[in-house]
Amino acid sequence: MTQQDYLKDLSEIKDLMNKSSRFISLSGLSGILAGTYALIGAAIAYWLVTTYSNGVLILDGWIFRSCLLTLVLVAAFSIITGILLTTRKAKKQGTKIWDSTSKRLVLNFIIPLVVGGLYILIILSQGKYGQSGGLMLIFYGLALVNASKYSIGDIRYLGYIQIFLGLIGAWQPGFGFWLWVLGFGVMHIIYGSWMHFKYDIK
Amino acid sequence: MSKNIIQHINKIFDHRIRLGIMSILMVNDYAEFNTLKELLGATDGNLASHIKALEKAEFIIIEKQFIGKKPNTRYSASTLGKAEFKKHLQALEKLIKQ
Repeated sequence: MTQQDYLKDLSEIKDLMNKSSRFISLSGLSGILAGTYALIGAAIAYWLVTTYSNGVLILDGWIFRSCLLTLVLVAAFSIITGILLTTRKAKKQGTKIWDSTSKRLVLNFIIPLVVGGLYILIILSQGKYGQSGGLMLIFYGLALVNASKYSIGDIRYLGYIQIFLGLIGAWQPGFGFWLWVLGFGVMHIIYGSWMHFKYDIK
Repeated sequence: MSKNIIQHINKIFDHRIRLGIMSILMVNDYAEFNTLKELLGATDGNLASHIKALEKAEFIIIEKQFIGKKPNTRYSASTLGKAEFKKHLQALEKLIKQ
């Protein structure tokens, strides 16, 4: 065997290790769009609160409910876009969309997210809504870090950033809204663009 | 020095399919026959014979079970297999750096 053969062996080993354990067809474009939805949603919420209330949110008022509905819509649109674009990318690459790697990815991503979602609903029902922005960022960040082992490793760093922003939000609840905009909006767009140019355009 | 490295190049791993099986089992707790087949692009017979060779060397563990009424076979790397494969990888890396 020559040096060339050894090199080929090593790159094949690395390739198989990645292919068999990580789902790497995540679309960068879906990150950009998720960030855009988050910014639009935040703008709607901001407009509702500044025009119809004098800065005070009443938990069972219609403004609060509209904000919550906006949030749910942002999440739903982001998930649908993510699934559609990722399916398209997987098809293009000739990989299966629902195999053991994507199942493992979804499971590991969803566990911190569902726990976080329930926790936020519980503290909302206790009237402590000042923490919800920070908590969303923290649990989303933890979900990303947890899922990064089973996908493109780079999403780990997006996770760290979200956790960091979330902790600031928990410490300074007054900035919660703006940190949410920065984390879910701006960071998604920056990160999505980076992923798009790094992996999608080749 | 170089003789020493060659000693660590394991003859058992000196084949694309066997190298592939071990690579997959290093990063996954287990894999099924069809998963291995798809990832490696091997035929049933070919894959089975290489699995047998690795099993004989006690590098992999074969686990047979039933899911409902369907027989299901899982493969996983043994502690020995993992250690030997790591040595093999290190030897490969050293050879390239030479």
